[in-house]
Amino acid sequence: MTDSTPTIPSRSDTTQTVRNGLRRRYAAERRFKIYGVAAIGVALLMLAIMFGTIIGNGWSAFRQTYVQMDVLVDAAEIDPDGNRDPKVLSRGDYEGLIKAALREMFPDVKKRKEKRELYDLVSSGAAFDLRDEVMADPSLVGQTVSVTVHASDDVDMYMKGYISAEVAEDERRVSDKQIARIESLREQGRISTGFNLRFFTGGDSREPELAGIAGAALGSLWTMLAVLVMAFPMGVMAAIYLEEFAPKNRWTDIIEVNINNLAAVPSIVFGLLGLAVFLNFFGMPRSAPLVGGLVLALMTLPTIIIAGRAALTAVPPSIREGALGLGASRMQMVAGNVLPLAMPGMLTGAIIGMARALGETAPLLMIGMVAFIVDLPKGPLDAATVLPVQIFLWADSPERAFVERTSAATIVLLVFLILMNLGAVLLRKKFERRW
Amino acid sequence: MLQTQTSSLSYAHQTVEETPSKVSARGVNVFYGAKQALFDVDLDVPVNHVTALIGPSGCGKSTFLRCINRMNDVVEICRVEGDIRLDEGDIYDLDVVELRARVGMVFQKPNPFPKTIFDNVAYGPRIHGLASNRDEVEEIVFTSLEKAGLLKEVRDRLSEPGTSLSGGQQQRLCIARAIAVNPEVILMDEPCSALDPIATARIEELIDELRQIYTIVIVTHSMQQAARVSQRTAFLHLGELVEVGNTEDIFTNPRDERTQGYITGRFG
Repeated sequence: MTDSTPTIPSRSDTTQTVRNGLRRRYAAERRFKIYGVAAIGVALLMLAIMFGTIIGNGWSAFRQTYVQMDVLVDAAEIDPDGNRDPKVLSRGDYEGLIKAALREMFPDVKKRKEKRELYDLVSSGAAFDLRDEVMADPSLVGQTVSVTVHASDDVDMYMKGYISAEVAEDERRVSDKQIARIESLREQGRISTGFNLRFFTGGDSREPELAGIAGAALGSLWTMLAVLVMAFPMGVMAAIYLEEFAPKNRWTDIIEVNINNLAAVPSIVFGLLGLAVFLNFFGMPRSAPLVGGLVLALMTLPTIIIAGRAALTAVPPSIREGALGLGASRMQMVAGNVLPLAMPGMLTGAIIGMARALGETAPLLMIGMVAFIVDLPKGPLDAATVLPVQIFLWADSPERAFVERTSAATIVLLVFLILMNLGAVLLRKKFERRW
Repeated sequence: MLQTQTSSLSYAHQTVEETPSKVSARGVNVFYGAKQALFDVDLDVPVNHVTALIGPSGCGKSTFLRCINRMNDVVEICRVEGDIRLDEGDIYDLDVVELRARVGMVFQKPNPFPKTIFDNVAYGPRIHGLASNRDEVEEIVFTSLEKAGLLKEVRDRLSEPGTSLSGGQQQRLCIARAIAVNPEVILMDEPCSALDPIATARIEELIDELRQIYTIVIVTHSMQQAARVSQRTAFLHLGELVEVGNTEDIFTNPRDERTQGYITGRFG
């Protein structure tokens, strides 16, 4: 402070040193902020690209090309007895009727090859479209009916502009003659595009225009329900026991280490476990959402337990002491005071675990949820597949129309995920009444 | 209705010497792992009086307090030896839940539950099944809040959260919560250390009123508070009970020089 103590710098020296360093310090701070903004910017850009690509590719799958046809519902073909018996009606040769109507529209087609090309303009599901209408209204038999049927996937792709007429004929799936016929149909106003309802109500199909996501979405729903019902209560109870009741000794240490390690086990291992234990040993049904749920519940449990324990530890000790000091038993303390405060944190853990389970494919391949299943699963024991597996299956298919359906299925998966998280966030908000 | 039988037998107006002990501790040793926190403590707590435990930080006064309702049981590494009796009965022969219902506790930091004011007070009666219907719960809650001197302030806001009260009100809410179980002894662990002087004065008045009905043991780091509220004072130092006696005697005529050093502010 004074001149007699030269080892201590004078006040003005200190001030000068601090001042000299200020610029450098603020520059460092600015640089750090720029790095942070850049990192977040890159992340947001990638997210935007991802959403842009998926939605850009998948959007067109929500629309479908339809062909309007005038079909003579020949009573001799489908109802020879004339008594409108639904059983007989349902077995009629509607495909023949559709084909006859197509020939009617293009009378110039004679050769076998040309005929086949002509028939390929409409989906093989067109016969079902017609049958459904006739079944719903048997009075149509014997009349000429105007029906709107699914165009085939190739026509659909052509109409959506994915197949260009400029490409050499042998390099595209639609021949010149087919294009001419499509154009002529368009001129007659018989071709229309509409909402692809079938995509949201149907199960899987080999024909892209008939393939729907509903089967996989229901499969995912049943699987997630099974996960929730099994993993959440079990995980919460395990967390409570380990955190609040278990003695702290070598055994509980070992259990803790094992739970932490289980959270990092590759998911396919759980699939192998499910195959060995649930299918082979217990003989549970293959491809069933219940078994998928069991496997994913095992996979999710460690996450829920770890998050649950963290949430329990975070409850202030004063709350526990307050309850115990009033003579609450441990169970009363946990159920009445600790658990309500830990619930939001536990729900967060459950959300993270469930979100991971929803996007999981590998373990489900092992228990047969990768099968081609057309029917919608009506319960957790019906054979089913799940959304990510469906995406995987479609991505593997060669038809051009499955490309857009793959992206569309991804959109559905993302919406599923957002809805699930939204529900969980609302639940958490409900519990999170901070006073 | 609740505490009439005890108040009619109150020893509050008798001198400490004439009063029987409510709690008596003999040869209490407490260990935290290998470290000994209390050495051979003998202490009697007279009925309907306030006993203050004073001493410098870390002297073991809170540890001793927590022995009386066995709150140290919760601490894994803590071991308690010795004989502590409540009304001549060994507290380790009692079920811990029963003991804590008879020996209530108020903590250093007000710790109302994240529930409504009403539910905070009703918590004890509910878990012990002291009330069989809503009317009885209400009666207990109102009586307890009245006794804790809080009823006037919160009568219109019973369904508001307990944490919305001020610090002093929260602490009185915690006292009401303890009273609602109808305990015989109330342990208070530095109940005013987180409060301002006005709230502290309010609690001190309350303590004096409450001793008509209950036996109170209070840990405090404030010698003035001990002098104001207690009839009996015990001075602990480094885990030993140095001196115990009538509060007046301890503060005016301490026998041990360590006590004298502490109360005159030479250490602590």
